[in-house]
Amino acid sequence: MQLEQMYQEIILDHYRHPHNHGLRDPFDAESFQVNPVCGDEVTLRVRLTNPGTDATIEDVSYAGQGCSISQASTSVLTDLVVGRPLQEALTKEAAFSELMQSRGRVDPDEDVLEDGIAFAGVAKYPARVKCALLGWMAFKDAVSRVVDEVGAS
Amino acid sequence: MTVQPPRTSAGASTTAAPLDVAAIRSDFPILDRTVRDGRKLVYLDSGATSQRPRQVLDAERSFLETSNAAVHRGAHQLAEEATDAYEDARAKVARFVGVGTDEVVFTKNATEGINLVAYAMSNAATAGPESDRFRLGPGDEVVVTEMEHHANLVPWQQLCQRTGATLRWFGVTDEGRLDLSDLDEVINDRTRLVAVSHQSNVLGTINPVESVVERAHRVGALVVLDACQSVPHGPVDFGELGVDFAVFSGHKMLGPSGIGVLYGRHELLKAMPPFLTGGSMIEMVYIDHSTFDEPPQRFEAGVPMTSQVVGLGAAIDYLSVVGMERIAAHEHQLTELALRELSAIEGVRIIGPTDTERRGGAVSFVIDGVHPHDAGQVLDNEGVQSRVGHHCAWPLHRRMGVPATVRASFYLYNELDEVKDLVDAVRESQRFFGVTPSAG
Repeated sequence: MQLEQMYQEIILDHYRHPHNHGLRDPFDAESFQVNPVCGDEVTLRVRLTNPGTDATIEDVSYAGQGCSISQASTSVLTDLVVGRPLQEALTKEAAFSELMQSRGRVDPDEDVLEDGIAFAGVAKYPARVKCALLGWMAFKDAVSRVVDEVGAS
Repeated sequence: MTVQPPRTSAGASTTAAPLDVAAIRSDFPILDRTVRDGRKLVYLDSGATSQRPRQVLDAERSFLETSNAAVHRGAHQLAEEATDAYEDARAKVARFVGVGTDEVVFTKNATEGINLVAYAMSNAATAGPESDRFRLGPGDEVVVTEMEHHANLVPWQQLCQRTGATLRWFGVTDEGRLDLSDLDEVINDRTRLVAVSHQSNVLGTINPVESVVERAHRVGALVVLDACQSVPHGPVDFGELGVDFAVFSGHKMLGPSGIGVLYGRHELLKAMPPFLTGGSMIEMVYIDHSTFDEPPQRFEAGVPMTSQVVGLGAAIDYLSVVGMERIAAHEHQLTELALRELSAIEGVRIIGPTDTERRGGAVSFVIDGVHPHDAGQVLDNEGVQSRVGHHCAWPLHRRMGVPATVRASFYLYNELDEVKDLVDAVRESQRFFGVTPSAG
């Protein structure tokens, strides 16, 4: 029973048929993240339009290898942020991180996280939280690189 | 109930009489608990840490309730009793692995033991001429193997980085055996130290340590043995193996965590500069310089672990009563069954030797279409506690062409039925992720 709570159908769907998978050009920044506990890794690229304060996420592409949780959460991430203003994407990132760190004590907001709410069950398993956050960490890191670059130039 | 000494001998048994696993299990309170909604606990992660019998828990508690004091300090009765308990345990450890009492150094864990040797070797750079044989520099070589646990790899990488020495390594064959075909080339006149594991924590492979020692000693190199996965599971005699240093940890052999053992040949420990310095390890201290105590005290700075050492002594008593030969034979049986049953599942591939020749009870595998992390989750849901990931042997996993594996590891308290539980759980993971082979 517990297993079905963690592996919601939505998660398994994203795992079997990941959205926006693959690495694409052009991109503004790339981030490589690894989960040192299990060796899972992801390379993720972001492409922004109007890099700056009113930027929009034009594309997120990724490749790597990992468990169903890490693969599905990265797929969900792309659905949530591509085409959205940068600030909104970062709000979603914060909401997803908060959900995953909550040990299951936060009620996720479906308006913000959409398919991402399926990961609420994963949050009850501390050993899997890093899996769910792997792609999101890469996204946050890649975005901050672009923003830093724009700020520096 | 308590494990009784076998009737045939007063101490360690060498008879092949099978273990009374039910009696052994009754000494391990944790094995009675359930996990994940009332599932029977199937503990197959002893390669990571073993469970502890009542006898070990009682020994620690009894020591703390009656004789607790800082060892090697104070002239009072408790200090005397605590010191005796500590030193008695050292003697037990020494006998257990066939070495002298003054050749046993207590450390926090095996990792610290390896770091102790690695840092002592760096410290040799500024020590006197007696430390010459530990001094490394550019042109010198340190040899490891591709199957090492990070604990027996990273400290040597770092030592090479600090000293300018070169790191070399033996490869691993597709079957998961140490590839010694280039033995004479890899260990050569420039080699100063060879670090090798006795038994792989992933593959289960037992390495031909004797061949490595023979070649290393011929060129004057020291051999450091990682015995974490061998000492708990069968009879091991460091003296007979001829290694110069060896490490193992208490928590993998029914003992407490926070206690490890470093064995060093006495003449080497005597010449080796210290790693950690401070109280307890000194001979004379002046305001501007100090001299150091004899080994093993030279390598035990500060107030040492005490109840943990007593617990380790009790663990050795427990293992000795059961008999290391019998434990090895029991695990051999479990391993044989696991290899046979797992190999029979379509889509499951064993990473490591598939025969039981020179092989211990760690069985790692991958399941087509099910990531090890996901498989581990299903196993856990069935009550089967396995280990998933790279098991602190990342280069080995890279070599074997897999990002991670599921590992089941056995010990004296595991039953043959638990292998069946593992096999059923593996099949369940295939079913859950929809990769059940159609033939089934």
